[in-house]
Amino acid sequence: MSAILPPAERLWWKQPLDRVEGTWIAIALVWCLIMFAMMVGWHVYGKQNLSTETYRTNPEAFAAKAQAMVDKYTVRTETEEKIPVVHPPEGSDVYLIARLWNWWPILELEKDKTYRLHLTAMDYNHGFSLQPANINIQVVPGFEHVVTVTPNKAGTYSIVCNEYCGINHHTMVSRLYVK
Amino acid sequence: MSTTTTYRTCPRSGLQFEGQAELLMKVNAVAAVVFLLIGGILAVGVVLTRWPAVHWLEADTFYQVLTAHGIDMLIFWIIFFEMAVLYFCASTLLRCRLATPRMAWLAFALMLIGAVTNNVAVYQGGSSVMMTSYVPMMAAPAFYLGLILFAVGALIGCFVFFGTLVVAKRDKTYQGSVPLVTFGAITACIIAVFTITSGAIILIPTFLMSVGVVKEVDPLVYRTIWWAFGHSSQQINVAAHISIWYAIAAIAFGAKPMSERVSRGAFLLYILFLQLASAHHLLADPGLSTAWKVVNTSYFMYFAVLASMIHGLTIPGAIEVAQRQKGYTKGLFEWLRKAPWGNPVFSGMFISLIGFGFLGGISGVMMGTEQLNMIIHNTIYVPGHFHATVVVGTSLSFMALTYFLIPVLFRREMINPGLAKLQPYLFGLSMYFFCLVMMGAGTLGVSRRHWDMAFSGAAMAYEWPGAAYLMMGLVGIAGIAAIGGGAIYIYITVGSLLWGRKLDSGARSAKFTPIPPTAPSAAVQGYGSMGFAAPGTFMLAMVFLVAFVLYYFINWKYLSTLWGLS
Repeated sequence: MSAILPPAERLWWKQPLDRVEGTWIAIALVWCLIMFAMMVGWHVYGKQNLSTETYRTNPEAFAAKAQAMVDKYTVRTETEEKIPVVHPPEGSDVYLIARLWNWWPILELEKDKTYRLHLTAMDYNHGFSLQPANINIQVVPGFEHVVTVTPNKAGTYSIVCNEYCGINHHTMVSRLYVK
Repeated sequence: MSTTTTYRTCPRSGLQFEGQAELLMKVNAVAAVVFLLIGGILAVGVVLTRWPAVHWLEADTFYQVLTAHGIDMLIFWIIFFEMAVLYFCASTLLRCRLATPRMAWLAFALMLIGAVTNNVAVYQGGSSVMMTSYVPMMAAPAFYLGLILFAVGALIGCFVFFGTLVVAKRDKTYQGSVPLVTFGAITACIIAVFTITSGAIILIPTFLMSVGVVKEVDPLVYRTIWWAFGHSSQQINVAAHISIWYAIAAIAFGAKPMSERVSRGAFLLYILFLQLASAHHLLADPGLSTAWKVVNTSYFMYFAVLASMIHGLTIPGAIEVAQRQKGYTKGLFEWLRKAPWGNPVFSGMFISLIGFGFLGGISGVMMGTEQLNMIIHNTIYVPGHFHATVVVGTSLSFMALTYFLIPVLFRREMINPGLAKLQPYLFGLSMYFFCLVMMGAGTLGVSRRHWDMAFSGAAMAYEWPGAAYLMMGLVGIAGIAAIGGGAIYIYITVGSLLWGRKLDSGARSAKFTPIPPTAPSAAVQGYGSMGFAAPGTFMLAMVFLVAFVLYYFINWKYLSTLWGLS
């Protein structure tokens, strides 16, 4: 019962290892290095990398920028709450507010065009979960996260909040259009 | 103090228990099982609400129950049990008295008071903040205070463990190096000290914020430091349950490590790199640099994954070598076919090992890959992963160990051995399925910590695909089956303690008997075939590798179809 007894050989670190262990360690190490290289390599060759561009912000400053965008590019409103649908030009800065318990405004983007999407939370943590594409980004209060996005498929998407944010968390769901 | 205690040698196992340590192991293990029972009852509420066709609890009750379930299971059940394991690995395996038993009792008292305080705070309502309690969402002060008291208690317990190692060394109760299992426990304890300190660093200011002394705790700093507590505490579990696997292999088969150097080296890699994994939870966060994320999430080039892959080979490998020495040498797998599958100590351990590797390990690496995290973050894939690691891995190992400890530590004959034989299969295999369908639903994007996937009351509800509903229904069914398996474990454990036939405690003595020096044995080479000591295990390892590689690249393929993000 030697795993629960002291090793028999005092100089156990000098014991030779079996071929099965040596072989497996070599294989496992190579695989680990491949996985590491994959993650680094995707930053060079891959097209899906999460930006880390971040600024400190506060609810007033961010709301002002979002309002300016809404004033300029609103094309229509939807639902009983008359949530503005914004169609910003290619390459522009697009602001999306996460707050208890909605996303504001609704965005309308164009396929294969690139936008700078600014995300922040006005109160608690929220989760940006774009469905059915299944892109998930944490939205943290006090931080403005700028993600460059290029939609590659037209359609109606949903933005689900997937970070628990209180009793009406399940009602925090919005739309995003790609034309 | 050493003069007031007694030592007894268990007639069944030959293990020597010191009086104080034995009592402390018992109370910690019993407290653990009580919290498992509470957490298990809460689990009924969680699965029956997430099962869309049932959707049982109201939203506020659901979030309250989910908060308590997470904390009771992930923290209280597991850490109470780990305290018992630590005292066992120090005092029993090294055959020495426990250092400062009064401090160990203080540790137990603080942990118990803390756990009860925290639970009461959650049940009073107003603290449904989930286990993670991300600021600025605030819980009642008692919520944080309970966790802090528990953490301080656990920290004291860790130092009692270290003190006991010193006692053993000084009293010369063993010669040479500590046993491998104790070495694994030391690894767990070092990680625990790091973990609990991180918890204190962030929970103390949060507590002060809840009582109005501190104005603000930065949300991102909170997340970063909280996860050094939240994730690393799961690394204590990994080190602890891998030590238990080695112990069970030794107990059930007389297996000895294939090589001490490799197994201990793998534990050393844990000490050096396992802590970095708190980054796993921050990959989708703003503010942290890519380099920081990549280095930390990969445990600095996947060195801790390497360590787990090594343990995954050496533990079944040690069993294979021991079985082959007994003459089970036919083909690649006779050693495994002829293993004692009817003994819940072994079957629980082996189901745990396979599930932890294939389900928990592989899914963990997917989520921990910086880019792949974007298709998994905060989906129900995440609880799918950690139920494979913490329930299949840790909890099932603890259950298997309990079946060994009932006669040896508690000196009771196990009641209903037929049911005990069945329990690891029911619990383990239903948890396998539970984890798989959760990961399936998560791959379709279903959110974790979400009361209603139908979004009732929302103006712009999203319609999940039918497959997602199907899989969440299967989560419900598998969850109920697993809870049944858990209930059988509690019935057998508590029933044996209450009604099991009392067993002979063995001779008592006021003095300890040191561990006699182990006779050197031949090295493991020379058994098996293909020049490998454990060819069957190597084959299993290759199956694991193929599954790992295929699934890894399938996920990259899926990622490559997404929107461009930069």
